[in-house]
Amino acid sequence: MPAVQETVERVKRIDVDQYRYGFETLIESDKAPKGLSEETVKFISEKKNEPAWMLQWRLEAYRRWLTMTEPTWARVDYPKIDFQDLYYYAAPKPKKTITSLDEIDPEILKTYEKLGIPLREVAMLEGVEPKVGEEDPARRKIAVDAVFDSVSVATTFKAELKKAGVIFMPISEAIREHPELVQKYLGSVVPTSDNFYATLNSAVFSDGSFVYVPPGVRCPMELSTYFRINERNTGQFERTLIIADKGSYVSYLEGCTAPQRDENQLHAAVVELVAHDDAEIKYSTVQNWYPGNSEGKGGIYNFVTKRGDCRGNHSKISWTQVETGSAITWKYPSCILRGDNSRGEFYSIAISNGYQQVDSGTKMIHLGKNTSSRIISKGIAAGTSQNTYRGLVTAHRKATGARNFTACDSLLIGDKCGAHTVPYIEAKNSSATFEHEATTSKISEDVLFYCVQRGLSQEEAVGLVVNGFVKDVLQQLPMEFAVEAQKLISISLEGSVG
Amino acid sequence: MALLEVKDLKVRVEEREILHGLTLTVNEGEVHAIMGPNGSGKSTLSHVIAGKPGYEVTDGQILFKGEDLLEMDPDERAAKGVFLAFQYPVEIPGVATMTFLRTALNAQRKARGESEYSTPDFLRKVREVSKALNIPQDMLKRGVNVGFSGGEKKRNEVLQMALFEPSLCILDEMDSGLDIDALRIAADGVNALRSPKRAMVVITHYQRLLNYIVPDFVHVMSRGRVVKSGDKELALELEASGYTQFEDAA
Repeated sequence: MPAVQETVERVKRIDVDQYRYGFETLIESDKAPKGLSEETVKFISEKKNEPAWMLQWRLEAYRRWLTMTEPTWARVDYPKIDFQDLYYYAAPKPKKTITSLDEIDPEILKTYEKLGIPLREVAMLEGVEPKVGEEDPARRKIAVDAVFDSVSVATTFKAELKKAGVIFMPISEAIREHPELVQKYLGSVVPTSDNFYATLNSAVFSDGSFVYVPPGVRCPMELSTYFRINERNTGQFERTLIIADKGSYVSYLEGCTAPQRDENQLHAAVVELVAHDDAEIKYSTVQNWYPGNSEGKGGIYNFVTKRGDCRGNHSKISWTQVETGSAITWKYPSCILRGDNSRGEFYSIAISNGYQQVDSGTKMIHLGKNTSSRIISKGIAAGTSQNTYRGLVTAHRKATGARNFTACDSLLIGDKCGAHTVPYIEAKNSSATFEHEATTSKISEDVLFYCVQRGLSQEEAVGLVVNGFVKDVLQQLPMEFAVEAQKLISISLEGSVG
Repeated sequence: MALLEVKDLKVRVEEREILHGLTLTVNEGEVHAIMGPNGSGKSTLSHVIAGKPGYEVTDGQILFKGEDLLEMDPDERAAKGVFLAFQYPVEIPGVATMTFLRTALNAQRKARGESEYSTPDFLRKVREVSKALNIPQDMLKRGVNVGFSGGEKKRNEVLQMALFEPSLCILDEMDSGLDIDALRIAADGVNALRSPKRAMVVITHYQRLLNYIVPDFVHVMSRGRVVKSGDKELALELEASGYTQFEDAA
C-alpha cells in the first residue's frame, strides 16, 4: 500500500481516545442552578462575597450580553449552544474553610498529582533547594495557582512572592483584598462589551488568577495556573488579569486539562495583560483540553479572548502558545501596541487531529511610534481536522515606523485535513513596514522513508519532523515546559501515520 | 549462508512490472556493482530491498541472513543491518544532524535489544567517526542536509553508514551530482568501511565510480533483469562498448 493511502487509513482509525488526562474526580460540588439569568449572576457574586461594584459590573455585562449574537465568521462548525442548558458555577464543596494546603480535599490534590502538577511546596521546604549558582533549571521554582472547575483551590509560594512585592492570588480574593487595582484594570483591555464570549465571561466569571508586579521588580519565579474542568455540563469562565508596572518583568504559564465526556463543554476565558513603561510580560499557554473522541463526539469548545496592552513606552508583551486540545478553538491572543517603541510577539503551535477545528491567530494593533511586532505561527493538521490561521496586523495613522514580520507555516499530514491562512494587513501610514511569509507543505513520503530507513518508526519519524517544524516556537517556551510541550506534540500526533 | 539472496524477484509499480525475475546473491565481505542504463530497474531494486512503500512484490523472495526481508517494516530492516545510501538525501529542517543521528542510532539499538548510548558515549563515537571522514563538527549542528552541498550530503550518508555499522550497504548512484574531488572523498570513506563482515551493493550508471570503489563482481541490468555478470573487467568493457548490446539480449 502506498504510504499516503496507508497514512489515510491509519488516520481513519485514529484513536483520539488516548487522551491521558481524561479521568474524572469524584467529589461533591456546589453548583449554581442550571441556566443563565440575573439570579445566576447574583448567585455567583454572592458565593464569592463580592462588593457591590463588582456585582453591578457583572450585571451590566449580562444585560449587554442579552443584546449580542454569537460570532459566526470563524471557520468552525458546531451545533448551536443552548446557554440555558449549562451550569455557570461549580465549586468543590469545602468541608470547612480552607486555610492551608493540608485542608484541601485530598481527592483534588490527587487530581493535580495525576496531572503532574506540584501543588505542594514540600520538596522546596525540606531544603532540597539547589545552592545558588548551581540551580538545576528543570527544578526552578514555579508558583502554581490551581483552578478546579470554578474556584481556585490552591496558590503556592504566596509568602515568598509577597516578599518581592508580587501579588499572585485568585482573582476572587484580589477583588476583596485589592479592589483599587482590580477596579482600575479589570475590563480596561477587554471591555465588557468586547465580544459575545468575553461579555458572557464578564457576567459569570468565577475565578482565575490575578498578578501584579510592582515597579522595577523582576518576578523571582515563573507563575503558573492550571485549569481543570471536572464537573459535567459546566462552563468554565475564568478571568486572568496581569499587570506589570513600570520596568517590571513577569513570566506566566497556563495549562489546561479536562475529563473525557461525551457532551461538549464550554470554556470561555478572558485574559487581560497590561504592561507599563519598560515592562515585559511573557505569557505561555500549553492548552490540552479534551479534544473529543475518534468520532468527533465530546470535547471542549474553547472560545477565548486574550489581549495584552503595551500601555507604556518600550513595553513588551509576548504570547507563546502550544495548542493541542479542544474540539473547537477560537482564540486570538493579541497585542495593542500603544506605547511608543513597544513590542508585541506571538509564537504559536496549533496541532489538530481527529475532528478538531482550530481557528486561531493574533492581532497586532500598532498605535504608537516605532512599534514592532513579530508573528511566528506553525499549524499542523492531521486526521480530518481543519486548521486556520487568522491574523490582523494594522498600523494606525500615527504609528509611524511600525514594523511587523509574519511567518505562517502549515504542515499537512494525510489528505483529509485542511490548513487555511487568512491574514488581514492594514497600513494607514506610509512609513509602516509589514512583511508576510506563508508556506504550506505536506510531510513528504521521501522524508518519512529516509527516517525509517535509518531505523526510526513511522511515529518517531513524524514526531521528529514535526518537532523540527515547530522548533522556532518551542524555543520561546520557558525551559521547564518546552520538554512537556515536545512530549505533548508527539502524543497529539500518535496514530496520525501508518 | 549468503548475506543477501534475491530470488526471481518480480516487482510492480502501479500495474507496470519493473523487475521481471531478478536473482542476485551477495556474501559477506563482497562488493557488488550493479550497472545498467536509466530505467533498467537498478534503483527499484535498492528501494525494494530497503522497503520503500509504493512497490508491489508479485513473485520471488528476498532473504537477508536467511530471514524473509519482505516481511519486515523498513525500520526493522535498518535495525537488522540494511543501509541504503540515498541518491538524493532529503533535507529535514529544524532537526539538527546530531539529534537525528542519535535518535536513529538509539532506535536501532533499542530494536536490537541493546542499551541506548549515553550522551557522552554517543558524542565520543560521533567525533571519532566524523574525524575519520573529515566532517567538521559544525556540519553536525546544522539541520539534516539543510543547505549542504552535494558532496556534504553524500559525506553525511557515509557518516551514517560508519556510525550505524550495517552489514549490508546499498549505495544508490552515489556519484550523481558530485565533482571528482567530492567523489574521491566520499569513495575513500566508503573504502574505509569495507570489511570481511560487511557487503556492499554499488549501484551506478557510470564506470567512473568503480575506479574509486573497486568491486569484486559486476552485474549488468537491463529491462528488469540481470543480463550479464562478471568481475571488475566487465565494467571496463561496458565503458568501451556501451549498454546497447544488452538491450536486445533482455
